[in-house]
Amino acid sequence: MSEPQLCDLSSRGRRGVRFPTADVPFSELPEAFLRQDLALPELSEFDVVRHYTRLSQLNYSIDTGFYPLGSCTMKYNPKVNEDAARLPGFTGIHPLQPIETVQGSLLLMYELQNWLKEIAGFSGMTLQPAAGAHGEMVGIMIIRAYHVDRGDTKRTKIIIPDSAHGTNPATSGMLGMSVVEVKSDARGNVDLEALKAHCDDTLAGIMLTNPNTLGLFDEHIVEVVRMVHAAGGLVYGDGANLNAILGIVRPGDLGIDVMHFNLHKTFSTPHGGGGPGSGPVGVAAHLADFLPGPVVDIVEPEDDENPPLYGLVTPKKSIGRVKAFHGHFGMHVRAYTYMLSYGGSGLRQISEYAVLNANYLLSRLRSTYKLAYDRTCMHEFVLEGHLDGAPDIHALDIAKRLMDYNFHPPTNYFPLIVPEALMIEPTETESMQTLDLFADAMLKIAEEARTNPELLKTAPHNTPVGRMDEVKAAKELVLCCGVGPLS
Amino acid sequence: MYLPHTDAEREAMLKAIGVKSIEELFRDVPESYRFPKLDLPSGLTEMETIANLQDLANGNETTQDLLSFLGAGSYNHFVPSAIGALISRGEFLSAYTPYQPEISQGTLQAIYEYQSLVTALTGMEVSNASHYDGATAVAEAVNMAYANFRGKRTKVVLSAALHPQYVETVQTYVTGSPIVLAGVGEDPLNTPDSLLPMIDKNTALVVVQYPDFFGRIYDYRKLIETAHQSGALVCVSVNPIALGLLTPPGEMGADIVTGEGQPLGIPMAFGGPYLGIFTTKMEFVRKMAGRLVGETVDGKGRKGFVLTLTAREQHIRREKATSNICSNQGLMALSAAIYLSLVGKAGLREVAELCYHKAHFTASEIAKLDGFKLVESAPFFHEFVVEAPIPAAELNARLLDHGIIGGYALSEAYPNRLEMANRLLVAVTEMNSREQIDTLLEILDEVCHE
Repeated sequence: MSEPQLCDLSSRGRRGVRFPTADVPFSELPEAFLRQDLALPELSEFDVVRHYTRLSQLNYSIDTGFYPLGSCTMKYNPKVNEDAARLPGFTGIHPLQPIETVQGSLLLMYELQNWLKEIAGFSGMTLQPAAGAHGEMVGIMIIRAYHVDRGDTKRTKIIIPDSAHGTNPATSGMLGMSVVEVKSDARGNVDLEALKAHCDDTLAGIMLTNPNTLGLFDEHIVEVVRMVHAAGGLVYGDGANLNAILGIVRPGDLGIDVMHFNLHKTFSTPHGGGGPGSGPVGVAAHLADFLPGPVVDIVEPEDDENPPLYGLVTPKKSIGRVKAFHGHFGMHVRAYTYMLSYGGSGLRQISEYAVLNANYLLSRLRSTYKLAYDRTCMHEFVLEGHLDGAPDIHALDIAKRLMDYNFHPPTNYFPLIVPEALMIEPTETESMQTLDLFADAMLKIAEEARTNPELLKTAPHNTPVGRMDEVKAAKELVLCCGVGPLS
Repeated sequence: MYLPHTDAEREAMLKAIGVKSIEELFRDVPESYRFPKLDLPSGLTEMETIANLQDLANGNETTQDLLSFLGAGSYNHFVPSAIGALISRGEFLSAYTPYQPEISQGTLQAIYEYQSLVTALTGMEVSNASHYDGATAVAEAVNMAYANFRGKRTKVVLSAALHPQYVETVQTYVTGSPIVLAGVGEDPLNTPDSLLPMIDKNTALVVVQYPDFFGRIYDYRKLIETAHQSGALVCVSVNPIALGLLTPPGEMGADIVTGEGQPLGIPMAFGGPYLGIFTTKMEFVRKMAGRLVGETVDGKGRKGFVLTLTAREQHIRREKATSNICSNQGLMALSAAIYLSLVGKAGLREVAELCYHKAHFTASEIAKLDGFKLVESAPFFHEFVVEAPIPAAELNARLLDHGIIGGYALSEAYPNRLEMANRLLVAVTEMNSREQIDTLLEILDEVCHE
């Protein structure tokens, strides 16, 4: 099963979408600047629709099956969110329109800022960052700006636990901070002794994911925050795993100073095959002045006749703008719609059922698969993908074999501190039946690993293509092709 | 809302886990902080939710309600229906990053085709799977050029005619780094020749825009040649619609071509999500940030696609990566690929010519109005600067009373430049009918002389 490429489908002279003829007099074209050749496809609209529809059918997606990808929170993406984001009142407005003409959008953003603040216990919020990694960048820039503003310029060290996402060290590195890694203790928490050794007057802060990527809530969180603060550092919270703690605990209450949200994880905006995401950043009061601008605020209070006027404001000591305009507004609409649907008490249920589902799935798998840290998990858990009696089988083989059972594999080989890691996050929107079917498949695969390992080694068998030659791809580097008609 | 559990199932699951209640699962959370009361509204049914959102949407005035000649980095273009229908398919919309190629060939091939379309359009050799937007794509170009010279060249020359928000974004990105920006703060209407004296052996990158922020088009060959003589790289930030008509920067010798892909079938949507185009020469492919899809075969020799050169990326290199970027604008890149496939070779030229003719007609008619003149004589694409007889901000306010957004008051971006006070940046696209243009002309004349 494969789909031809655009060049194979193109035919010289064929037309898709046409435009009206000009209703103004022609002006002379700038001869010196005109391009000689434009090698784009020549297709009919139907060619295009069929081509991309067929391509879509080669994809696995949440809408078509269970997607227990750890750390990615692949929950159902409600359809009403899509309808809301596509309302012409939202799509047909320009980001630089006079604020009087976009009060609906500004009100939505203002409320979304406030709701996110309330959920996580923060005083300030920006919706501008385009994705989680972008939000991390903003967070570390804010931490740096805070220290510099106080004249505390030697604080350039960022502590990152060994279980952290790769974006954490990459963010710190790209901003010129020095990164020190601290190990996890035997229960999967930040090792307090190791942490203590790095708490000195060069400490800018710590980047902390809690629950961490092992799916465990750090049992010493209060102490970790206290130690970092006592050394003069700030605590950055990576909000990737917020889906476990909505209405359960507020990061701001625990003393986290700054945190990014992933609207595309916790708040159900679609992943879109890799993006766009959206990564708002919340901060405690002492950091609010450093937020990137603009943020939405009331610029004229309400009076007897008029509602308040919402506008765009740049905070006093802002680190500056991190992208054009005001962020991924389309994602803000979806997240807002989602939060409106659930309401405050509903949000807590999201986390309760995400954690219930994870622990249930774990209860079905724990006697067959090794568990690196044997504790009650939060919204996800990490198994070891090697089995007694099947020495040649790796996490990768189990992952690939799951595709034959019509499941998306878990995240594998991450976190790095668990050998042959299989990181499983079911999310709250999956039913008990789906979890049981997945558990059944995992148990069956464990059996196959011993009785017929070749079946796993050569998996997947029922997919459009098999395991791909990634070495060839990196060596030969065929990264584009002609898209016009073949001559 | 979207929780499928019945009471009986919940009890069965709790029993299997070995706890009595869901609350017990949260014992690791410090008790004094556990279960805060959230001050949030109650949940709504779908019927109530969408009515609520419709109310908010009604609080905006759109291009259906107003005549708009506003551009400045976001443009009102026709979006063919097939795009919305295709990108709404759950198989594209609700898929994750294609890390498992066996079950992601749809996304992978679509990105590969996006890369192919964008390289054809820009005249470059390689495109990544996209960055966040046009502004961050320029910031990534700065990072890439700096890394290319291993930090030995610390100067980056930014044309003052680069979009002011792109300049601000780059300024934020380079804060605290050894990179020094030159050119910022010069007269924004300077020509590219004014950049030549700034380029030296310490220059890593020169950034220009095409058409520039004021809509002007310049041949950058001389600038690129000069930069190359000093060993510096050149990045050209483009409007992709203009490339339906104009010589692509790849043919002028540019090393990096970035751009805002929004005009390619992506709605203005109050500023995002958009699409950061990023292309370069093959010699820099290992220095480029962002995802990249390459062609290969599976074990049976069947052709297919994978994410490749991932060793450049954050999840492998961690603190040694030059960029922390993790996502791409997947669905927006898909929109652009579908747009370019739908309009094709002839259609992109048509839409570019329509923009060109309508903008030139509008400009020449405005110049005939009493008290108005065009500020620039350089060739332009679909956007131009008008000097009005009254301050542009006030002109816009008066136009709005007549349901018109006249353009972008340049005093907003350049508040300290007195000469900008009366200047308006006007954009005209295929969406502006002759009737709309005539109305603009009539009302412009009226509001300035009432």
